[in-house]
Amino acid sequence: MNASVNVLDRPAGAAQTSGIIDCDVHPFPRPGAIEQYLPERWRRHVAEYGKFTYGIYAGIGAYPRFQPYLSRRDSFPPNGGAPGSDVAFIREQLLDRYNVAYGVLEPLLGGNASRNVDEAAALCAAMNDWQAYEFTDPEPRLRASILVPQDDPDAAVKEIDKRAGDWRFCQVQLGSKTTEPIGRRRYWPIYAAAQANGLSIGLHVGGTFSAAPSAGGWPQFYIEEHHGLVHSMQNQCASMIFEGVFEAFPNLKIVLIEGGFAWAPTLGWRLDAHWAKMRDEVPQVKRPPSEYMRTNLWWATQPVEEPEHPEDLRQVFDWIGWDRMVYSSDYPHWDFDDPHQAFHFQMTETEKRQVFRENALSVYTFR
Amino acid sequence: MNAPVGALDPHADQRLGIIDCDVHPYPKPGALNQYLPERWRNHVFHYGKFNCGIYADRGTYPRFSPNTSRRDAWPPGGGAPGSDVAFIREQLLAPYNIAYGVLEPLLGGNTSRNQDEAAALCTAMNDWQAHDFVDPEPRLRASILVPQDDPAAAVKEIDKRAGDWRFAQIQLGSKTSEPLGRRRYWPIFAAAQANGLSIGLHIGGTQSSTPSAGGWPQFYVEDHHVLVHSMQNQAASLILEGVFEAFPRLKVCLIEGGFAWAPSWAWRLDAHWAKMRDEVPQVKRPPSEYMRTNLWFATQPVEEPEQPEDLRRVFEWIGWDRMVYSSDYPHWDFDDPHLAFRFQMSEQEKRLLFHDNALKVYTFR
Repeated sequence: MNASVNVLDRPAGAAQTSGIIDCDVHPFPRPGAIEQYLPERWRRHVAEYGKFTYGIYAGIGAYPRFQPYLSRRDSFPPNGGAPGSDVAFIREQLLDRYNVAYGVLEPLLGGNASRNVDEAAALCAAMNDWQAYEFTDPEPRLRASILVPQDDPDAAVKEIDKRAGDWRFCQVQLGSKTTEPIGRRRYWPIYAAAQANGLSIGLHVGGTFSAAPSAGGWPQFYIEEHHGLVHSMQNQCASMIFEGVFEAFPNLKIVLIEGGFAWAPTLGWRLDAHWAKMRDEVPQVKRPPSEYMRTNLWWATQPVEEPEHPEDLRQVFDWIGWDRMVYSSDYPHWDFDDPHQAFHFQMTETEKRQVFRENALSVYTFR
Repeated sequence: MNAPVGALDPHADQRLGIIDCDVHPYPKPGALNQYLPERWRNHVFHYGKFNCGIYADRGTYPRFSPNTSRRDAWPPGGGAPGSDVAFIREQLLAPYNIAYGVLEPLLGGNTSRNQDEAAALCTAMNDWQAHDFVDPEPRLRASILVPQDDPAAAVKEIDKRAGDWRFAQIQLGSKTSEPLGRRRYWPIFAAAQANGLSIGLHIGGTQSSTPSAGGWPQFYVEDHHVLVHSMQNQAASLILEGVFEAFPRLKVCLIEGGFAWAPSWAWRLDAHWAKMRDEVPQVKRPPSEYMRTNLWFATQPVEEPEQPEDLRRVFEWIGWDRMVYSSDYPHWDFDDPHLAFRFQMSEQEKRLLFHDNALKVYTFR
């Protein structure tokens, strides 16, 4: 695909009535930025006791991340700071270059991953303030995610209710690796609050899981662990469906971000086959699983699948449903998807409009 | 100690009878099914009873003795140890002059990963205890089993049984999905306190990760022992999460997890708290103080130091008011009340241990 087409073009006087929507942009704090938004009591606590993570190591993940800050080498801002920390450079490298009307911020800073649930609540509130003030206020094309301490449902609901009326927030964020499968009832207050407030949930890979990343234990390669995130997304998808989340919350919208999507059709086939035989174990699942996938789930496209025959990807889009796919870049990470280059098969204008804009407008809350 | 004395005298009036805080009932074949609604009978038949453990239908380690029991505890009329009320009378209640024996079923009802199944099984097991054991033998008192990972359902079951004289406490297990002090379990503590019911925290439960911090032991003796460590973990969690500040009247009895570890454990927690109390502002008093106001220790399996009198020192450090006798009938490490304690106790001390302390904890109506 070489010729650029309307939705990806920047018309003169670009306004947010055109332009594409990027469902996954990763902001990063300048040193000390988050602490400014913490109350004294928690600033002191973090200084003395640190930020507890669910992982097995304090302060770092279990696997090195392949690239410094997981990022493209060219995304370090010329004025200094980490990739994703400089709004002006985000404008230059992403928003203006690709005519992005809205970019959804997905901070991956572990605030919601603290084992100390009160610390998690404090960090989430601080990170939500930080997104709103330091990214959305100066650059309204960037919209924030409501981070919540997911293992403390009361605190999570409180934070959702607090931010729901704020135009700067467009969704709730959760992670694909959780203390328990994400469909389980302990998480339902979060779904209830999301649905009640008309907010979608962005389920991004990563999160709070502290056991082995795979069913076979601890992979010895980053590449294997990185791929395992895709499996975690499938696990969570199955959990939400089988626990009956979408029966209990029929208006709930979930975007699965960065977990791949080509697995979705075959997952739907198999879950349907299981359900046909064993549906009396799960009376809460009143429809075939694939139907819930078509009413309540969306898939962000990055990292896009790259079959040997590019046209095979069209078949995957057809199977999932063109209305289910939302473009994401994952800026500034190393596996960033350039909207002009990521999709190697021909799309019609209508299809591009769906993937790059219309579908996201029907999911997110852009005010 | 050879001659039976006062409280232990089998001929004594039942007012002087002893209280046994740990008796394990077992169902006759099909007994529990009678108490399950059709929908759940079918479910259990088709899908089985999900364990929180790693194997379906059995634990990870064989239990050393069939049914974990004494060889002589198999009822002459047939059935498993603990399944025959008449034989329980004959082997336990009568010879030891038991005034009350607290039933602690270890049947995995509360450990099903399917929360609705857990709730159904707990209710069925509660009905079974009440009808099949307590009604015919009122000296036996039931524990309220609850699906502990589903707080709403657990509270419902507690509120349902709280007014029923046949139930003496709530049961929880020492191996849980998360440390037991965590807030997800607080609705259970709230319901216990509100209903004036104590909690019996018995070893075992729902943990599906490794039993020890070093992974999977390769010996039963090691797996058996680490249950004691699990009890220490949970007791620390209850204190450090501030459970006893939030629920000051809550009473928790630690059952079958040993007790000789308690004093040194308390010393260390106090030392930690002195340095790091600002991490846990919810812990307003030294940890050892909560141990002395909210925790009790059931004595079986009793510790057996080389110098028996050393055990007296342990009792003193913990507090004579904290200790409650338990037999663990019919298990292989059963503690005979006449033989288990190898140091001399005064009459007053025996009365505390075998009777008075338990009356302060349990709800016997």
